[in-house]
Amino acid sequence: MRRSNTAYWIGFCVILALLIVAPLVLPEFWRRFVTEILIWGLLAMSSDILIGYTGMISFGHSVFFGLGMYCAAAALLTIKPPNLWIALLYGLAGAAAVATFVAFFATRLREIYFSITTLVFSQIFYVIIFTWTEVTGGENGLAFSQPPLSIPGLWSVRFTPEKLHWFVLAVVTISFLVLRRVTQSPFGMVLQAIRENEPRARAIGYSVERYKIVAVMLSGLFAGLAGVLYAIQNKFAAPDFVFFVVSGEVVIFNVMGGVGTLVGPVAGAAFFLLLREGFSRYFTEYYLIPVGIIFTAMVIFMPQGLLGFAKRRLNQ
Amino acid sequence: MAIPLEQILIQTINGIVNGMILALVASGLTLIFGIMDVVNFAHGDLVMLGGFVGAATIATTGNFWLALLAAAVVIAVFGAALQATTLRPLIGRDPLTTILATFGISLVLQKYAIWQWGPSARRIQEPITGNFNLFYLQYPWYRLLTAVLAAAIIGALYLFLRYGKYGIWIRATTQDRVMAQAMGIPVPLVHTAVFAIGAGMAAASGVLFGPLGGVTQNIGLDFTLRAFIVVVVGGMGNLGGSILASIFISLLEAYAALIVSPAQAVIVSFVALILTLLFRPTGLFVPTPK
Repeated sequence: MRRSNTAYWIGFCVILALLIVAPLVLPEFWRRFVTEILIWGLLAMSSDILIGYTGMISFGHSVFFGLGMYCAAAALLTIKPPNLWIALLYGLAGAAAVATFVAFFATRLREIYFSITTLVFSQIFYVIIFTWTEVTGGENGLAFSQPPLSIPGLWSVRFTPEKLHWFVLAVVTISFLVLRRVTQSPFGMVLQAIRENEPRARAIGYSVERYKIVAVMLSGLFAGLAGVLYAIQNKFAAPDFVFFVVSGEVVIFNVMGGVGTLVGPVAGAAFFLLLREGFSRYFTEYYLIPVGIIFTAMVIFMPQGLLGFAKRRLNQ
Repeated sequence: MAIPLEQILIQTINGIVNGMILALVASGLTLIFGIMDVVNFAHGDLVMLGGFVGAATIATTGNFWLALLAAAVVIAVFGAALQATTLRPLIGRDPLTTILATFGISLVLQKYAIWQWGPSARRIQEPITGNFNLFYLQYPWYRLLTAVLAAAIIGALYLFLRYGKYGIWIRATTQDRVMAQAMGIPVPLVHTAVFAIGAGMAAASGVLFGPLGGVTQNIGLDFTLRAFIVVVVGGMGNLGGSILASIFISLLEAYAALIVSPAQAVIVSFVALILTLLFRPTGLFVPTPK
């Protein structure tokens, strides 16, 4: 245990170091690509709290992601001068509010019913955002300018691709450490107990519903954070990101990478985006045909995902 | 704002017609769920594929009835193949994995449909074109025929489940998989057959829906979502409940469309779902469990 722990942190530091130097050595396209992997990885990691640790498959993560995006956009458009931290705060508040709302209803249900409810919520918010053109810009979404990276009152610089990458990397790393701590805390243990045997967790005396609500809120909060980062990177918010397809992709990231590991979903996001990149060269917009087949095959033959599979191979 | 009575009546008929098509989709979904705990995320895409196969058959033969039959048979065979290759290995695993697997299938089918048939809508020519006077409207007979056909198919399914030998096999497997196996029922085969029946019914509703709304690759998701709502509102795995819920939800949407735009009317059914889940999570149209 001791040794594997050391190995874990060494691996963590090596990957972190690689990610820090990545923007300095990679060409423009791949630099952006890595930043994007980190953002989608954060989103996938947030949903792993539900899928991997609590055993609830959420098809509604696009709502939290999208609300983070739109609230950040609202802050950047209405508050002058645009401020990164206020945008972050707005995005988190928006995502947390909607996560509380969704959690209140969805956590009364288990398994499949939970998935369907979250899916339905993502459609509700999609329809609202899509049709409420005056506020959300409807189909066109909202475009805004990138806020500067600043410490209020001290200094402020414009985002360059490298700085953006480091900023995203810092946020994602901190989120990872926080989430890892949470999953190893007594709270995280209760979530895993719920996943393993919900009636027993209830019988022991844990208020299962309350734990589930908090899990959904926590997950929604980090999904919103990913939404804010994506908004800042791309300088727009669009209804497409609230559509349930994004939620589906998040689930794909998780399954491909390996649920219940936090690192797995990030690896899954990287794998998926690489597959998409590779296949769209040959299949253009139809890349989802081969990717979907690979995904389905992985569900059947490799339910632990890439990471679980690799781990088992290494242990043999 | 007063809504004229005629409009309400027209929307009532529209709601029932749409409800019957939806019931055809939802009863297949609920049958599949009841027997093997599979939530078929790709069910709506089977509707869509059925519509496309129907449209292609009509384009070559010009016969609506042949198209209906061809679509149902082709998609039923396809469904059986799908079940045997992707869902059979998952039986006995966490039911959530079946959502994931069928979600993957759904993605593939949607993209395949665009690739094969392109993004433009296919209209299916209705077999009867006559209209009758409904207040100030010329109401097409075909819409009524759709409701009757859907009811006939569902009725046939009911009779088959109630009295047919294989229908009894299906019901026995739904009740107790292990016991059914012990009694000599080939359970894996029954699973595949049920999936094929559900797929065939979905395809039939795709063809029936074709003349009303046109077939595009997007209708799959729409049908999946509605069928899910209906199945939950009606009580999961309950055939009668999902039929009643289909009509109930479609009526709600039809009335809502009088007041708001059709795109927003969908929200009404979402709200109906959420209220059901809050106050009666077992479903609206099932007896209260003891």
